[in-house]
Amino acid sequence: MAGITLDKVRHSYGPKPTNDEDWALKEVSLDFADGGAYALLGPSGCGKTTLLNLVSGLLRPTEGTILFDGLDVTDATPEARNIAQVFQFPVIYDTMTVYDNLAFPLRNRGVTGPDIDRRVREIASMLELDGMLTKRASGLTADGKQKISLGRGLVRSDVNVIMFDEPLTVIDPHLKWVLRSKLKELHSRIRRTMIYVTHDQTEALTFADRVVVMQDGEVVQIGTPVELFEKPQHTFVGHFIGSPGMNVLPCSVEDGVAIFAGHRVETINAAGYRGGAGHVELGVRPEFVTLADEGIPVEVIKVSDAGRYRIVETAGAGEIIKLLLPEEDAVPEGTAHVRFDPAHSQIYENGWMVNGAAS
Amino acid sequence: MKKIDNNKAWWFVAPVVLLVAFNAVIPLMTVVNFSVQETFGDNVFFWAGVQWFEDVLRSERFHAALFRQVMFTGLVLLIEIPLGLLIALAMPRKGPWVSVCLVMMALPLLIPWNVVGAMWNIFALPDIGLLGRMINGLGIDYNYTRQPIGAWFTVVLMDVWHWTSLVVLLCYAGLVSIPDAYYQAAKVDGARPWAVFRYIQLPKLKYVLTIAILLRFMDSFMIYTEVVGLTGGGPGNSTTFLSIDLVKIALGQFDLGPAGAMSIIYFLIILLMSWLFYTLMMRGEDR
Repeated sequence: MAGITLDKVRHSYGPKPTNDEDWALKEVSLDFADGGAYALLGPSGCGKTTLLNLVSGLLRPTEGTILFDGLDVTDATPEARNIAQVFQFPVIYDTMTVYDNLAFPLRNRGVTGPDIDRRVREIASMLELDGMLTKRASGLTADGKQKISLGRGLVRSDVNVIMFDEPLTVIDPHLKWVLRSKLKELHSRIRRTMIYVTHDQTEALTFADRVVVMQDGEVVQIGTPVELFEKPQHTFVGHFIGSPGMNVLPCSVEDGVAIFAGHRVETINAAGYRGGAGHVELGVRPEFVTLADEGIPVEVIKVSDAGRYRIVETAGAGEIIKLLLPEEDAVPEGTAHVRFDPAHSQIYENGWMVNGAAS
Repeated sequence: MKKIDNNKAWWFVAPVVLLVAFNAVIPLMTVVNFSVQETFGDNVFFWAGVQWFEDVLRSERFHAALFRQVMFTGLVLLIEIPLGLLIALAMPRKGPWVSVCLVMMALPLLIPWNVVGAMWNIFALPDIGLLGRMINGLGIDYNYTRQPIGAWFTVVLMDVWHWTSLVVLLCYAGLVSIPDAYYQAAKVDGARPWAVFRYIQLPKLKYVLTIAILLRFMDSFMIYTEVVGLTGGGPGNSTTFLSIDLVKIALGQFDLGPAGAMSIIYFLIILLMSWLFYTLMMRGEDR
């Protein structure tokens, strides 16, 4: 068990990184608290797998240090770091039985017979694999194989962290849900640090206590699912999380009030804004946009049904504004007015939330 | 559900049937034809039944050739398969040296069989050949044209030189197709290099190794040209393998009946061994 600290870690796959593009992972400093459930969330190619492999020790960072409980492990092998990792595609040892697969990491570390047996049976019952211990692992279904991969991580009682690299990619949709709840349940049972890499926001938000959102090799925000939803620190987070994503509208600021299309919009953070050279935008989630009798005039373009609510797409001042409408409300047509909730509207400068760090 | 009879599909198979008939079945039938008859020339044949088969199976000469053949093939497989696997494991997986290694490995495979035989014939000569001079220079009396052991050594070395590359290339292709995640998982699980080989690489190479062994078995069991070029089957009969003996009987002595019977027995041995080996290797894989 260990808290993990990344201190000014940078990584490049090329030998001589010169410009910004060469870095697969730009400078990252962050802490994973002991026993926490974390998710690394971001689109493909954003550097999340790189970050994961740096923590596990499969990669050595080009710059920076990695600490486990304050101990420098930057040059330590994955074995020495005592971590477990579950990969995107299930890795099993084809010729071994399920039992031998689970026992393999213990045998490699010289654990003796009775201890191996006890641990293997305990983990097998936890993962509901106990009925098939004597079967050859190669005959199992994809989710069974992924359970074995997971089991090989859990079987060592002293691992510092268990890492998951998009582990549900090859699993059937109806089993994804089952395995995800299993993971969550396991975490609350064994309280081991877990880091889960995914590009699926549902997986990240349901699994993790804290989510690390990444883009282009950078960490853009770390927060609880609620924080990411209510106070996205970057327009990217607003876009990437939520369905549909946050409305991002160009605006200006005068006397501490945001002006969009000639209308004054109250926000949480424009009051202290002194102005700068940056490009200013207004962000408000569709959940916090309502139809009103007066306000910003818009044209209703499209209404789509999403079950318990409707997604209404409107156009105002040349911008698309989306809002959510409860299903019992009447479907608007033609021209309408929209209003933004002041408590959930914020301004961004060059993509970053103004005064974001303070909140 | 009612089954619909539609035999038109047979027309699509017909070209293949015709092709196989002309290039395999009909030539084979001529051999069968010879193997059950006796002829004194002029295209006059007399029925001989299974006489020739009995003769071949009882013949000391056939036993000796078969024994030499099995020894040769066994030796060649025992050397080439582990050696090829080792070289493949040692080859780099990326970088500029990959193509250099691959081309070097492919070179022996590009040389025609009879050229290989002639090359080694000169290369190993004790008086003017580089290899022959070197071995004699070390104080070892070596002359493959006179010593059976020297001849065997040269023939096996030649085959290893010529064909290990094939095993290397097959194994290498198998090795590079193993996903990185397996090696990473092994690292995380704390597996030693031997365990990585035993539980990841070897199982993943099962199919290519099966193919490599089958190919090398069949080819070495039928070896003819290189050995004829190198030793001509000698000294004495010491390197006269089945195919060389067969040609001597068929074209040297013109004993078409026994040669036909021997061809069929020879063919059946290869077929049976290949089938047995393949079935054994693929046992329990039908999931």
